[in-house]
Amino acid sequence: MTRILINVPATARQGEIIEIKTMIAHTMETGYRLNATGAAIPRNIINRFVCTYDGEEVFSAELFPAVAANPFISFTTIAVKTGTITFAWTDDHGTTETAVAEITVT
Amino acid sequence: MAADSSMVSLLDQDYRLGRRELLAGAAALCAFFAVARQALARPLLETAIRTFTGGVETNPGRVRFEIPPLVENGNAVGVTVTVESPMTEVDYVKRIALINEKNPQPDMVIFHLGPRAGKAKVSTRIRLATSQTVAAVAELSDGSFWISEAKIIVTLAACIEDLS
Repeated sequence: MTRILINVPATARQGEIIEIKTMIAHTMETGYRLNATGAAIPRNIINRFVCTYDGEEVFSAELFPAVAANPFISFTTIAVKTGTITFAWTDDHGTTETAVAEITVT
Repeated sequence: MAADSSMVSLLDQDYRLGRRELLAGAAALCAFFAVARQALARPLLETAIRTFTGGVETNPGRVRFEIPPLVENGNAVGVTVTVESPMTEVDYVKRIALINEKNPQPDMVIFHLGPRAGKAKVSTRIRLATSQTVAAVAELSDGSFWISEAKIIVTLAACIEDLS
């Protein structure tokens, strides 16, 4: 189970711009490092992040090895209606980790 | 030409190295150097930016790129990019990319935004292999590109830490 931290306001006024902060525990192995025996450590990074708000994609990012370990991403979105905001991170192995946050819009 | 052929014959006599072996060896050597050069020679920052923009010229301005000018640890450098845009259905920021000069790979991260973002402001943390210039490039919905560059001095580089 990967450790994920998400910061989404629990409530917001309709039309308000909310800031969302996300972080996931991941080594973001670049593929450029060598291990103790001199062999290259295979690359394993999160290469894609997607945020969907009630099923509609509102933000996404392509990540490269230059993103620091435990990738932190913060962005904004407009609070349109009460619903769920879903976050998904996909790594080089094709594994997808997801997290969900509920938001109440008044 | 004459020198070349005399060299080949010399090699033939002294080392019993045939023409085929010599050619094969030369080809292998060339291939090795080509690979080595490819690995070492990173495209210039401008070339990398041009790859991102698809050849479209970038304009300075509209992008506010916040990054510390002096970084102690290149393993995690907090950056924030803000783009001046009304973020409406007809005029919004489509993409924001961070492109570096001297890391092994030019691309760092590409954010995809839309009118539902409300404002164009993103933050993340990046790795910097050495002191260099980093560019924040924004693509607007009208197809124009805006850029802001920052020179950063790194005292402890990323990618060189020991594994323990």
